[in-house]
Amino acid sequence: MSKQRPNYLAGLGSVVWLLVVGAPLYVLVSASVQSRADYGASGPLSLPRHFTLHNYVDDFSTGFGRYFLNTVIVTVCVVAIVLVVVPPLSYTIVRSRGRVTTAVFRLFLLGLAIPAQAVIVPMFYVISKAGLYDNLIGVILPTAAFSLPMCALVLTGVMRDITPDLYEAMAIDGASSWRVFGQLVLPLSRGGLATIAVFSALQAWNGFLFPLVLTQSDSTKVITLGLYNFRTQYGINVPGLLAAVVLSMVPVLLVYLFARRTLVQGLMGVGGK
Amino acid sequence: MTTTVTKAAVVAERRPAQRRTAGVGRPGFAWALPATAFFVLFAVVPLVLVAVLSFTSWNGLGAPRFAGLDNWTKLFDDPVMLNSLWLSVLITVLGVLVQTPLSILLGVWAAGRQRNRAILSAIYFVPLLLSATAVSVLWRTLLDPNFGVPSQAKWLFGDGNLLGMQSGAIGVLVFVGAWQFTPFHTLIYQGAARAIPQVLYQAAQIDGAGTVRQFFHITLPQLRNTMITSMILMVVGGLTTFDTVLILTQGGPGTDTTISAYYMYQKAFKSFDFGAGSAIALLLVVVATVISLVVVRVSGYDKMRSSVEGL
Repeated sequence: MSKQRPNYLAGLGSVVWLLVVGAPLYVLVSASVQSRADYGASGPLSLPRHFTLHNYVDDFSTGFGRYFLNTVIVTVCVVAIVLVVVPPLSYTIVRSRGRVTTAVFRLFLLGLAIPAQAVIVPMFYVISKAGLYDNLIGVILPTAAFSLPMCALVLTGVMRDITPDLYEAMAIDGASSWRVFGQLVLPLSRGGLATIAVFSALQAWNGFLFPLVLTQSDSTKVITLGLYNFRTQYGINVPGLLAAVVLSMVPVLLVYLFARRTLVQGLMGVGGK
Repeated sequence: MTTTVTKAAVVAERRPAQRRTAGVGRPGFAWALPATAFFVLFAVVPLVLVAVLSFTSWNGLGAPRFAGLDNWTKLFDDPVMLNSLWLSVLITVLGVLVQTPLSILLGVWAAGRQRNRAILSAIYFVPLLLSATAVSVLWRTLLDPNFGVPSQAKWLFGDGNLLGMQSGAIGVLVFVGAWQFTPFHTLIYQGAARAIPQVLYQAAQIDGAGTVRQFFHITLPQLRNTMITSMILMVVGGLTTFDTVLILTQGGPGTDTTISAYYMYQKAFKSFDFGAGSAIALLLVVVATVISLVVVRVSGYDKMRSSVEGL
């Protein structure tokens, strides 16, 4: 936008939305640092009277540490898979001229529209038959597969922006696909790689449906399942529950603080051209 | 040179020539194979399987048994099923109607470059980072009539039991969906709004068009394609709303918020009727795919190619 008078209406709207977003987040944090008695007495909107980290300690003693570890394992593996298979895919989509490549790209575009719910029944069937039921591997594979379309789209967009002149120059030097990929494409799409890593990590960290259906025991629980069970088990311990919600957000918020640019720019690209 | 020419030798002989004609350093299809194979195995094959399973009867143990059209005839005689389709559509449409104007306004506003906007945008973005599970648990707690906000704000909530009646529960589901996903769509619009050439606005200003006219005559038309993309994502997201229903309403009160995605889960993983679950899932896919295909066609997304190379 060019310089104009401040737009008071838009300013007002933005403050209203800030309240809509901020108020629940405030309650979330403030309740998680109160004792149950205090929270029960003063209600959710009040200021906390006594600050305590007791709820957090309690959560960890009831198994949240284990859920955390499982979620970290799933997330790291999903990101690793994505970073190995997506860059060559996007490189091909951008550089290769052929019907097959176009078809592949369309397949992934369509993949954006395949909801995880749609395949959860056969996934349960396949994973059970493969002996991976209640095993983290059985959660990792489908989770990674389902973050591929979005990652492919984002990274393809990034690689498209590499000037063809650079490719021409390398081609004149007689560089092989491998060299072009290693020395030109990867270094120039570093930002895109960071974006898809962050994006797929977020997907994996927050995943719920696959773990819900494909695991059952406590030793394979991830955080989201832990939250879900917490709600059904101790529905009344509000501060403890909300402390658990905060715990599930902390790593994500840290990533957001340090990699906000990366994530945001990548996601912006989705709306694209 | 020997007179017996093996096929491999011929291929080896011809390879450099082929390379010259196909453009040097262009990767072959093999590069895309790992990702494609992986995706086909875990997304496309299950999609085919879901179609197969929808014609079988399977309780999760043993082997699925062929059952013809049983699942389908049962489903279309099932009032809960038909109602769930209607509820899915209702919640999706309401979601699009609520989120689209909100995210366009917020996105265009956030595309400005003032400092306070950057800070606010950073805060707006937070709900998107939370898992749907965390969001649902949070709102479930906030809306609890006895321990939540309604107990403190009677003037706003009346008796406070929003989730106890159909209209209230649907309202909550739409609101929570909007609370979580508006930031994402805002972000898409923000990116698109920044890409609009400034020249257009300058020209409009010279012609004496005010902010409001500029918004309707320049910004909105320029955001057309973005709106299409964003709406597809909203529709697919809306049709597959699941976590929020599972945690906030369990499909209740009664079956008042039992939308198709949740009904599918109930049928398959609570009643162990995997055939019926697959049939519902397939219906969902068909609807979502048709919508996406239409949009891909309309927006010309599939023609995304390097604009410089021009094929």
